[in-house]
Amino acid sequence: MSCCAVGAASMTVAEGGQALPASEELWLASRELGGGLRQTELSVPGVHCGACIATIEGALRDRPEIERARVNLSSRRVSIVWREEVAGSRSDPSEFMRAIAERGYQAHLFSPGVDAGDDLLKQLILAVAVSGFAATNIMLLSVSVWSGADAATRDLFHWISALIAGPALIYAGRFFYQSAWNALRNGRTNMDVPIALAVTLSYGMSLYETIGHGDHAWFDASVTLLFFLLIGRTLDHMMRDRARSAVSGLARLSPRGATILHPDGSREYRSIEEIKAGECLMIAAGERIPVDGRVLSGTSDLDRSVVSGESAPVTVAAGDAVQAGTLNLTGPLTLKATAAARDSFLAEIMGLMEAAEGGRARYRRIADRAARYYSPAVHLLALLTFVGWILVEGDIRHAMLVAVAVLIITCPCALGLAVPVVQVVAAGRLFQGGVMVKDGSAMERLAEIDTVLLDKTGTLTVGRPRLVNAHEITPGALATAAALAVHSRHPLASAIQDAAGAVSPLACDIREIPGAGIEAKTVNGVYRLGSRDFAVAEPGPESGQSEAILSLDHRELACFRFEDRLRPAAYESIKALGRLGLSTVILSGDREPVVAALARKLKIANWHAELSPRGKVEACAAVAEEGRRALMVGDGINDAPALRAAHVSMAPATAADVGRQAADFVFMHSPLSAVPFAIETARRAGRLIRQNFVLAIGYNIVAVPIAILGYATPLVAAVAMSTSSLVVVVNALRLKATVPTATGGAEILPLSLTASRTTA
Amino acid sequence: MNTLIYLIPIALILGGLGLAAFLWALKSGQYEDLDGASWRVLDDEDCRP
Repeated sequence: MSCCAVGAASMTVAEGGQALPASEELWLASRELGGGLRQTELSVPGVHCGACIATIEGALRDRPEIERARVNLSSRRVSIVWREEVAGSRSDPSEFMRAIAERGYQAHLFSPGVDAGDDLLKQLILAVAVSGFAATNIMLLSVSVWSGADAATRDLFHWISALIAGPALIYAGRFFYQSAWNALRNGRTNMDVPIALAVTLSYGMSLYETIGHGDHAWFDASVTLLFFLLIGRTLDHMMRDRARSAVSGLARLSPRGATILHPDGSREYRSIEEIKAGECLMIAAGERIPVDGRVLSGTSDLDRSVVSGESAPVTVAAGDAVQAGTLNLTGPLTLKATAAARDSFLAEIMGLMEAAEGGRARYRRIADRAARYYSPAVHLLALLTFVGWILVEGDIRHAMLVAVAVLIITCPCALGLAVPVVQVVAAGRLFQGGVMVKDGSAMERLAEIDTVLLDKTGTLTVGRPRLVNAHEITPGALATAAALAVHSRHPLASAIQDAAGAVSPLACDIREIPGAGIEAKTVNGVYRLGSRDFAVAEPGPESGQSEAILSLDHRELACFRFEDRLRPAAYESIKALGRLGLSTVILSGDREPVVAALARKLKIANWHAELSPRGKVEACAAVAEEGRRALMVGDGINDAPALRAAHVSMAPATAADVGRQAADFVFMHSPLSAVPFAIETARRAGRLIRQNFVLAIGYNIVAVPIAILGYATPLVAAVAMSTSSLVVVVNALRLKATVPTATGGAEILPLSLTASRTTA
Repeated sequence: MNTLIYLIPIALILGGLGLAAFLWALKSGQYEDLDGASWRVLDDEDCRP
């Protein structure tokens, strides 16, 4: 089981030079429990089996300051309760992160205040429990009635049933009553209207029958109905909840705070909301810039890929403006904040996002669309039955009984389960393949798409460069360059290290010149690694590719060329999308030659370069105007408005916070094959949902005439309802069996899993 | 009919006990981590719950 740590380490979440959060940041985020204890929640996306639990808990338990630590495998979180002081010294919570990281797991600070959804889930589970209890007990009594209890015994049983059913309906049925009432008040109708009506009418009618010593009571039907429907509702909610906790637990790209430099020279670590415009901030190399600002002093390279989609880092010096969300790579900077966090670049994006509320706001869930036709038909049928029986027999009581039987038989029990069960099974399948689904409607929308819009940096590529001309470089030069490169966080430096493998240290005086390169004074002379300007002191020909030069005393030793690395399985995935009958388009914020080269390589004919966030939204809108439905896949802050504007959207786990929040799907493993896999699964789920509808309607065609003719006794109703529900659930479970398909969707899953293991 | 007088309350009380046990389990957080629980049962090191 030692495989786990390896697999965990290769989970490509939050790569790209993200340092462990500072001790102050962890203090700020921890919750005080009283009695000198504090609690910290960490997200560890890499845990996935029992060995992982034992490893992490063991590692944490060994530390003296930790009171208790518990891993939650479902939400991939670790909750640590620790003492503020041990033996007189202040505890350092960043040690916990280090202890976890040493075992090969990535740990991220979990943002508090995202657990709002949990309460409703708990309420729903309670309601399921209560209605389940009521349903079983009433069913017991009903079985006795059906097997021949009569006269006083039957009345007694009916009364007891009524006493159990009443409170259960009020307590567990309130979700449906509220939803039905909201729909009716707005002049609409949804699935909950026939449910609420059938449940209430059948209870009222049964109570009336019980008072009049009647033969038939429908208490069991109304409570069982509620029980089944609540299961569907709870499953639907659970799916959303699981995705939410997994997604929100990922690495945060925006920092929680920054060090403020006061005019008197004192320093203070403050949370990001409290930073005001005009204050001076100190940003160390490797930190993200929290708010928009202007550089006061220092030189550095900024990685703007998340903000603008540009793949090459940009050099900044005193006087340059910097945007919130960019990553400071090489040198320390002192900034003057020009805007508070809520007015920063990010806020601008938020504004665009609100304006870009696209297909999802107009989208109506399949079940609701079905209900629009279904519930008027059902109510009309019950009414006609009622009127018909009055005309035939003239007995209002009997007519009412038959009408209630029709309502119960036609109640969308199977329909209520038809959609959520399929979607939960599909979500489980996607979860295993490393794809999170935010909610059921996203899956329905994904099944409808015909166009895929792809961002370039961070989506088609991993946003990290790769050395392309390693074969032209002598091993000696590569080793020297790697020895220099270990001293820098610059992405090109990391690429040289990756290419060189093991690095032997160079005994010399090494310093990094931000915005230029690395310099090492050795006995042989001065080695320099960096831009052409810096290394050989003369500007060379401008090439489209990014490059780095290694020189000895201004004499060129080697020229390293880089290109952005494709995301694993990108080419195969684009082909798979083609096989699924989808057209692909690249929407990038990067420069035109870079995008054109990539499009040629992936054989994508349709591409757009140098798009602003607004441009991406407009591209989405243009696709929608042509009557097509688009899936947007993107990761950056600049993609977030487009992710919101598209019919449905998807983001990798490495995406910026806003991007991940805006997307409907998030994929955790690095290969791009997650995209065709998700589309394939969503389409199969869509097919199963339609099959389930056909099954449910077929059941109604058989059962409704029986009810209209007045032959439906409570026993018949109970059997029919349970059978139809079971059939629908069993049909949904077929999705679990992996059936190889023409598009190869089933084979994509193992591929994505093995690939994430081997990239370690 | 006489037997019903105590059989029915017994049935209801037993059912109610089941419900109460479930509610207790839910409140005490035993449904928080179902995936983890299925692994923990195989864990040999018997430590704190």
